Amino acid sequence: MEWFAGIGRHSLGKLAAIGRALFVLTGALVAKPSLKHVPLTIKQIYVVGVQSLAIIIVSGAFIGMVLALQAYTVLVDYGAEESLGPMVALSLLRELGPVVTALLFAGRAGSALTAEIGLMKATEQLTSLEMMAVDPLRRIIAPRLWAGIISMPLLALIFSAIGILGGQAVGVDWLGVDAGSYWSVMQAAVDFDDDVMNGVIKSVVFAFVVTWIAVFKGYDSIPTSEGISQATTQTVVYASLAVLGLDFILTALMFGTH
Amino acid sequence: MMNSRKVEILVGLFVVLALASLAMLAMKVANQGISGNGETYELKAKFDNIGGLKVRSPVKVGGVVVGRVGAIDLDAKDFTPVVTLVISENYKGFPETSSVSILTSGLLGEQYLGLQPGFSFEGIDTLKAGDFIEDTKSALVLEDLIGQFLFSRNND
Repeated sequence: MEWFAGIGRHSLGKLAAIGRALFVLTGALVAKPSLKHVPLTIKQIYVVGVQSLAIIIVSGAFIGMVLALQAYTVLVDYGAEESLGPMVALSLLRELGPVVTALLFAGRAGSALTAEIGLMKATEQLTSLEMMAVDPLRRIIAPRLWAGIISMPLLALIFSAIGILGGQAVGVDWLGVDAGSYWSVMQAAVDFDDDVMNGVIKSVVFAFVVTWIAVFKGYDSIPTSEGISQATTQTVVYASLAVLGLDFILTALMFGTH
Repeated sequence: MMNSRKVEILVGLFVVLALASLAMLAMKVANQGISGNGETYELKAKFDNIGGLKVRSPVKVGGVVVGRVGAIDLDAKDFTPVVTLVISENYKGFPETSSVSILTSGLLGEQYLGLQPGFSFEGIDTLKAGDFIEDTKSALVLEDLIGQFLFSRNND
């Protein structure tokens, strides 16, 4: 009997957590937009977006370079090294750009968001805001959520562009693929709507999920030092798993039929 | 803590960098697509076999891309493939005697439509939107070719 009770307690706990997560989301997003919160959002875009630029640019460059190097060794056997351009561009635009950006973003910005909000809760700043009749969901959570949703697609675009340039550095300048065919075969293979825009859509979905998990885990954390450390870990783990799972579903929907 | 002016400038630079990336991806990485810019008109052609031709495959005249394949359907009456060619309005007035053939770029490459303009002299109309190109050559199917080769060898 105790065993069934355990399962029941666990499921009810999960359901309640989903309910609280939806409550946080609606509380933060469903509201009359107010100009007062725009500067707060810009400040958060600086924190989660601009400060993540360095890691995004460096990883983008290296991933593009490694892709070109690995693809070249296989393609050159078939005399198809002209296909290096589409190989690098399509992998980056469709998969690696959105996914790796989301994983890095979860680690770099998501964990910081959770820790920040968790500490605000632990030091009772959120409660003080409520005492002053300021809704912490609107004042603290909403700007961070919007900043994440705006920043991540921009970061993913930068990631892909830098990666393609990195691929060119290795493929063209080092391995000697013809520069003209690197770009022209790429242009023939990459479609703006199908490849670039689908990558952006993926990235928007990931941004939404990762930032939502991050702010919710912070808002819902147990207000102790142990609770905050646990919430930060959970943010990175859950966000990464959600991104990888969603990526499969989105890829199947977008590119699965052809 | 940084003052808000500096934050705003840095966020502005971040957004501009992202838009520059998007512009680069749109202009340099993705194809603009001939149907995307400017006016187009449609021509149609019937083939016996289209091989590996796909929607959006290029239509070339002497190697110059003048349009793309807009649609591929099957004629309801005689069950032959009908290919719709979307041609840029910049290239019009092909004579009625023009022919289209399905060609392959390279030995194993992508298939495309080669449009061969015919002679134009008195009494020959030019192709207008919606016209059918009568003279078509189907795709070469490698298996058929090998089959014919083996058959002709057996006859020797």
